[in-house]
Amino acid sequence: MAENEITLMKGNEAIAHAAIRCGCDGYFGYPITPQSEVLETLAEQKPWETTGMVVVQAESEVSSINMVYGGACTGKRVMTSSSSPGVSLMQEGISYLAGAELPALVVNVQRGGPGLGTIQPSQADYFQTVKGGGHGDYRLITLAPASVQEMADFVDLAFELAFRYRNPAMILSDGAIGQMMEKVVLPPFKPRRTEEQIAKECPWATIGRKGGRKPNIITSLELRSEEMEINNLRIQAKYREIEKKEIRFEEYKTDDAEYLIVAFGSAARIAKKVIAIAREQGIKVGLLRPITLWPFPSAKIAELGQRMKGILTLEINAGQMVEDVRLAVECKVPVQYFGRLGGIIPEPEEVVEVLKKMVK
Amino acid sequence: MTHEIIISGFGGQGVLSMGKILAYSGLMEGKEVTWMPAYGPEQRGGTANVTVIVSDEPVSSPILSSYDVAIVLNQPSLDKFEPKVKKGGILIYDGNGINMPPKRKDINVYRIDAMDTAAKLNMIKVFNMMILGGLMKVRPVVTIESVLKALRKTLPERHHHLIPMNEEAIRKGMEIIVKEN
Repeated sequence: MAENEITLMKGNEAIAHAAIRCGCDGYFGYPITPQSEVLETLAEQKPWETTGMVVVQAESEVSSINMVYGGACTGKRVMTSSSSPGVSLMQEGISYLAGAELPALVVNVQRGGPGLGTIQPSQADYFQTVKGGGHGDYRLITLAPASVQEMADFVDLAFELAFRYRNPAMILSDGAIGQMMEKVVLPPFKPRRTEEQIAKECPWATIGRKGGRKPNIITSLELRSEEMEINNLRIQAKYREIEKKEIRFEEYKTDDAEYLIVAFGSAARIAKKVIAIAREQGIKVGLLRPITLWPFPSAKIAELGQRMKGILTLEINAGQMVEDVRLAVECKVPVQYFGRLGGIIPEPEEVVEVLKKMVK
Repeated sequence: MTHEIIISGFGGQGVLSMGKILAYSGLMEGKEVTWMPAYGPEQRGGTANVTVIVSDEPVSSPILSSYDVAIVLNQPSLDKFEPKVKKGGILIYDGNGINMPPKRKDINVYRIDAMDTAAKLNMIKVFNMMILGGLMKVRPVVTIESVLKALRKTLPERHHHLIPMNEEAIRKGMEIIVKEN
């Protein structure tokens, strides 16, 4: 494919191509619908023959995430991808990555749960992603793509943020964005970092000290509570910095809006259609789309909330982000939720009906 | 201009690939396109459908509840999507195996007997392109040149000798589609 060529591909395929192009060193994964095309595309592209990127189909998701942990310790750009039940299996490893302050990328192409659930799209892993999932006081830098283009663009961005803050990052997508094909311009090729570059940029990495420096130790374990509290405080200070610097969102038709929809990922796409229909019927409604789900654009929502008559969160779950929206506006504005469950995607018309009732 | 299209039929009829060619052809014309399959545990004999949106503007929702055009290739698809065609929109159906034909008067109903024609002409493999030809006749979403360009782009080189057969099928489809109401 030529540079800057516009092509048509699935969101999952875009993730794979973007990984190869952004200098990813290793992918470790296990197939699960609806994200299997990530691994399939990598197997088809054979990047180990071109960029030298390693691609491993591990024996399980538990194995994948621990391979990611191992690769991350050496300062490599490593990633995995899965869908909801598989990501649940990875939670222990994700907590360890956060505890050991390791940069890595996890992609979740969500499907309906709980349990084995369905293979259809869902956003029901919002809580799991932004409120923990694994144990301990940790956060994942979470990017929520709403198009195939963003699937491609967020891979490099996620790695950049993960390395800047030494923290795992998550791309929280869903079956709709993963399976649909859209126009995409893939990012330009960026070479994998050399050992020298890694040594310079990741002084914490365990890549052999060759007699020079003190040994680097990477662990999440610290049995002395006083030390462990210091570790926690350091991590929390880092989180405050991320909250200050890395909030991303898209604002759409909010200028004259009297009502606001807050929605992320594929729900935000549906919201734009809802807005088109509702505006034809005279309802002035806009959209705030959080691109980072953590850090969450609370301040922006609070600011917009001041001039809204009501806020509707549109989610493909039973109402999860709505809690964060209510916290953001401190209940000064009525906040409602609408969503569908189990892999059913809300249809624009049914959301318009909800809006109409709000306006009344 | 935005074309919101659903294509639905039996798995194995080439529904998804027809949608893909349509989307690719839109891309060839510099349009915004979205191809969204209903990706269930589909198999030959089950039903499959795909939503294709071709537009001059960025596409909002890839999932829709009503359509400008519904192309239905079996009875269950007809039953499901006839009510979801927008008023004044287009319904295209293949007569093969349909025992309860469409009833709505507020939409434009077209019949295309592509399955029977393809069988007669020994063109079963390009049946879906015949349907696509029918669509292009009644709603020129893309030009035939763009479709041929898309085929050259998406088919592996070793299959390029099949392109004339695809073109023939498209032209045949344009011929045999008839308005019913």
